[in-house]
Amino acid sequence: MNYFKTILNGIIKENPTFVLLLGMCPTLATTSSALNGMGMGVATMFVLICSNVFISLLKNLIPDGVRIPCYIVVIASFVTVLQMLMQAYVPDLYKTLGIFIPLIVVNCIILGRAEAFAAKNNVLASLCDGVGIGIGFTIALTLLGMVRELLGKGTFFGMEVLPASTNMLVFVLAPGAFITLGLLIAIVNSFKNKKA
Amino acid sequence: MAYFLIFISAIFVNNIVLSQFLGICPFLGVSKKISTAAGMGIAVTFVLVFAVIVTYALQTWVLNPLGLGYLQTILFILVIAGLVQMLETVLKKMSPSLYQALGIFLPLITTNCCILGVSILVANGTYNAQGLEPSLLVGVLYAFSTALGFALALIIFAGIREQLATVNIPKGMQGMSIALITAGLLAMAFMGFSGVDHGLALAFGH
Repeated sequence: MNYFKTILNGIIKENPTFVLLLGMCPTLATTSSALNGMGMGVATMFVLICSNVFISLLKNLIPDGVRIPCYIVVIASFVTVLQMLMQAYVPDLYKTLGIFIPLIVVNCIILGRAEAFAAKNNVLASLCDGVGIGIGFTIALTLLGMVRELLGKGTFFGMEVLPASTNMLVFVLAPGAFITLGLLIAIVNSFKNKKA
Repeated sequence: MAYFLIFISAIFVNNIVLSQFLGICPFLGVSKKISTAAGMGIAVTFVLVFAVIVTYALQTWVLNPLGLGYLQTILFILVIAGLVQMLETVLKKMSPSLYQALGIFLPLITTNCCILGVSILVANGTYNAQGLEPSLLVGVLYAFSTALGFALALIIFAGIREQLATVNIPKGMQGMSIALITAGLLAMAFMGFSGVDHGLALAFGH
């Protein structure tokens, strides 16, 4: 049941967005709607799982001194695979997310998990860690996108819920991203403080 | 005049951090003191201009003629990592005082997404060139202005955070939460510049 714990750990206790505070650029930039946030989350999860498994397989072959460049090459290769897949099957989403798809390479979550987890654990555990952190990231991005979309455009995954008169455009624009994430982190923190 | 427009627009109107969301990690990470923020700003400017020249040359003279466009991401990140390492070595030998000031920031820059991001934008020619044909010169000017915009945002933000340290903040909002909300307000202030580039373009008769 240890593997299940690893997955849960990535979703809640070490949630990359709300607790570890990693990978802020895509978190803020691609969450103007819930669907975009979810797309970005799933794309990152794909790269994270693949790179975690691959690095964990190769961990005994990679010399310690050049491990970071090796990790980066592995991650960049999977990002290239992802770019090709997305161009082929979801070209619209690929266009919307734009520059942030190649930028998954420099997302610190992925390199961070490679270094902190995959390089020290076996393949199955690394897979579970990738799944857990990936789901945690996707949930965080979707949640942030949902809040911003609801307040900014009055829609929920594209469906109209609120009348147009209550729309606050600022939440879809840049400042709204910062403020919404700041408030969500404050809410998570206050829950943590209460528990402690 | 289009050159001037690129300059103004990249610094104020489409600020890389506050409206394009590139380079958020150093923006939040090294913005506790004005002096470190300034050091990071200069280091990014330095590396970004170099990286854009090298990656643009590779894209135009190696990847495009050979039809290897799909290798862009892998090649660029390796080149940037190598370049940063090289700059570090050269600086250490040539100018120890500059190395002292910038050295600690250089390793951090490899994973700064604004370097890779701007390099890809310039190499693909998908940035706002204000009506000019994207070329190496225009690309370098765009990269330089972008880096100045990054430095400006970082230094202003560091100034605000130095003041924040003396304020009594509710417990749940301490740390990253209040920093993000402050950044949001700063982004709102920068939104005041939107439309300035259009107005200037009209004034110059474009």
